[in-house]
Amino acid sequence: MIEISTAEDKEYVCISVGGEVDASSSIQLDATIQNAVSDGFKKIMIDCSGLNYISSAGLGVFMSYIQELEIKEINMVIFGLQDKVFHVFQILGLDQLLKIVDDEKSAKGLLNVI
Amino acid sequence: MLSNKSIVRLSIAFGIIFWTLLLLTNLSILFDQKNNASLGIPQFLPHAFLILFILSVGVYYRYSIGKAESINFIDLLWRVFVTGLLTTIVSLSIKFFFYVFGGSMLTKNILLINFFYLVNLGLILAFLISTFIVWKRLILYQKSKKLLRTWQFFEYFLFLSLAFEFSGYKLFDVPFNTVILLLVGIGLILSVNLKWVAYLNFKQKWKSILFLLLVIIYLWYFFMSLVGYSNESVLITDLLNNVFVLAVFAFIFIYSVFSVLVILFNLPTSSVFESKLEEVINFQRLSQTIPTGQKEEQVFEILLDSAVSAVFADAAWLEVTDAKAGKQELLVRNLNPDLIDKIKEAAQNSTLKRILNSELERNPTSQKLTATLKKVPFKSILVYPIIVKNEQIGTLALLKEVDDSFNKEMIDIINTYVNQASISIENFRLLNEALENERYKEELKIASRVQKSLLPQTLDKNHDYNITAFSMAADEVGGDYYDTFRINDNKVALIIADVSGKGTSAAFHMSQMKGIFHSLAQLDLEPKEFMVQANSALSRCLEKTSFITASYFIIDTKSKIVRFTRAGHCPTLYLDGRTRETSFFKNKGLGLGILRNSSFEDYVQVNEFYYKPEDVFVLYTDGITEATNQNQEEFGYDRLRTSLLKHANLSPDKIKDGIIDDLYDFCGKRSLDDDYTMLIVKFTGHENVKSVESVKTKK
Repeated sequence: MIEISTAEDKEYVCISVGGEVDASSSIQLDATIQNAVSDGFKKIMIDCSGLNYISSAGLGVFMSYIQELEIKEINMVIFGLQDKVFHVFQILGLDQLLKIVDDEKSAKGLLNVI
Repeated sequence: MLSNKSIVRLSIAFGIIFWTLLLLTNLSILFDQKNNASLGIPQFLPHAFLILFILSVGVYYRYSIGKAESINFIDLLWRVFVTGLLTTIVSLSIKFFFYVFGGSMLTKNILLINFFYLVNLGLILAFLISTFIVWKRLILYQKSKKLLRTWQFFEYFLFLSLAFEFSGYKLFDVPFNTVILLLVGIGLILSVNLKWVAYLNFKQKWKSILFLLLVIIYLWYFFMSLVGYSNESVLITDLLNNVFVLAVFAFIFIYSVFSVLVILFNLPTSSVFESKLEEVINFQRLSQTIPTGQKEEQVFEILLDSAVSAVFADAAWLEVTDAKAGKQELLVRNLNPDLIDKIKEAAQNSTLKRILNSELERNPTSQKLTATLKKVPFKSILVYPIIVKNEQIGTLALLKEVDDSFNKEMIDIINTYVNQASISIENFRLLNEALENERYKEELKIASRVQKSLLPQTLDKNHDYNITAFSMAADEVGGDYYDTFRINDNKVALIIADVSGKGTSAAFHMSQMKGIFHSLAQLDLEPKEFMVQANSALSRCLEKTSFITASYFIIDTKSKIVRFTRAGHCPTLYLDGRTRETSFFKNKGLGLGILRNSSFEDYVQVNEFYYKPEDVFVLYTDGITEATNQNQEEFGYDRLRTSLLKHANLSPDKIKDGIIDDLYDFCGKRSLDDDYTMLIVKFTGHENVKSVESVKTKK
């Protein structure tokens, strides 16, 4: 099961993803990120501290935004990944393309928000 | 056993023989009496032949009418009528004969009179017995056990009464009358069984009355002529002195009178019974439309016709909405379709409207209602929604020219019809869905077969190494791929790839990967160039959220070097055959299709190593490492490593089996959630092994 919640601030939006992201639940994740992008946020934080498992379909969602975010100059930072989950990002090579940091503080620092 | 037919034929033959014998004995006795001669004919012989004759006729009719297949009451009565008519004609012609030759000596001849009497007797007995058998069938229609027993008792009693012939008692003797009264009593009790009358329609009832009245007239006439003979002449065999014959006469007469009266009183209600019967038949038609017909429209047609005839509607329409096809169909009876909108409006505005939905199904979108209409040619309407699986698929509307003319019974029967039609349609749809699903299953089977054929049957190997593979898809089709390609005598390309996601979409991308591998591998490209080209090709055909991870190897048996790249794929597990050390090749890499532009090449790293005998490397997809047990623990890299070490001394096939067994033991289930694939490459003994350089990186 996936658990997704969104917290909006003036400058940024924080999407919390928990549980498991598989082929079917990845659609929900995709819709949430799509909303944040179309709402015009330039700064997106993704809190993955509750994320236990992500399948290749879930990774596909993050991957599919890489180029769109670049073009729209949107800053997206992922933080709080468990080691096991981070490893999955790492093997695929996504850690080279996505901004992944340890905690919320570093994420905020990177996004330049308080 | 004799067949029915031969019994019938035999009984005819015996009937004729016994009648002739009866005639001969009668005449000889008369001759004796007249001439005071003595031919020595015993007095009991005519009685015996009469009984035998009656029995023969009884057997004949029992087998020709009693066992006939069809029970058509009118046909049965028709037979009785015809037999009676024949008998009457013969009897009348005899009368005519006597009339014509009234004055001559001929008519005074006692022998001749007796001869004619016996002809009459034979025919009357035939009529009586045939009618008796027909009455039996009518009485025993829808019989109960008790009725059957009473009837059998009656028959046996009648049969025994034949023996009374020998007693010498005559009509009006006390024992004779007692027996007759007893028999008539039982006949009366049996005569109240008139269930068959209910199944006649109006026309048949009139016909039956006619035939039955004729039967009564015949009976009266026959009886009178018997009495006439009995009074006027000396008779050896007088039927009026036969208990059996009189009892049958009485029984047939009583039952005929009862039948006529009951049919007469049933005439006014026969239309109700007919319409009930029609309702049942229509109901049957509705429920049987699916096996016989093929279309939903037929169900609607039958529903509309049945409904119209059940409530005697003056007009009706049936609207069917096919949401899927987005079209609406309209069936009408005796109605101009242009009027429908007007009628609908009138029904909406009606002040005398009654909603029929039960409390449980308050659903304002599909109302069942009756209403009184104004300003349209019809005064009352009954509207019924047709609901299949909680979805309204149509509306049935019945119209009458008289106001307030749909009573509760009519509404009930319409309710039943509509429900049955709904069930029929639902069944029909379910059947179609089942067929469709069956077709999809077949298609998937084909897809699965085709996809299995996309994976290589044999892998390229040579004296330097051995290779084996194992692959299993979670669904019918999967996204895992592996293959080898011989570039030249020394070089073989080896690939393992895993498409993101699983199922059909993954399977399509997998086949694209195969195409790309076979086109690029033959170009003898450098591993890096291979990945760049593959990424470029896939970028143009993969779905937005899809990517493929792959590891590509070129095994060069001449230089003993393996060169490889990893595009986001699970790191290859490598075992050094000499030191027994294991490592995962975690060189840099990025999945294919993630970066869909030229910057991809910055993320490709090529490694190479020298191989030596007993070295093993294991290629696998994440289905293996991510397989979980009941505690949601993953099989993981360490267990894979341990498992390899455990089996490393064996042949590649055995290593594969060993690792798969370990995996299954860990998971405790034989069906996994993901596609999983594993390749084992084991290098074989070879002289002149160069020392292994540690992994050399080349940018």
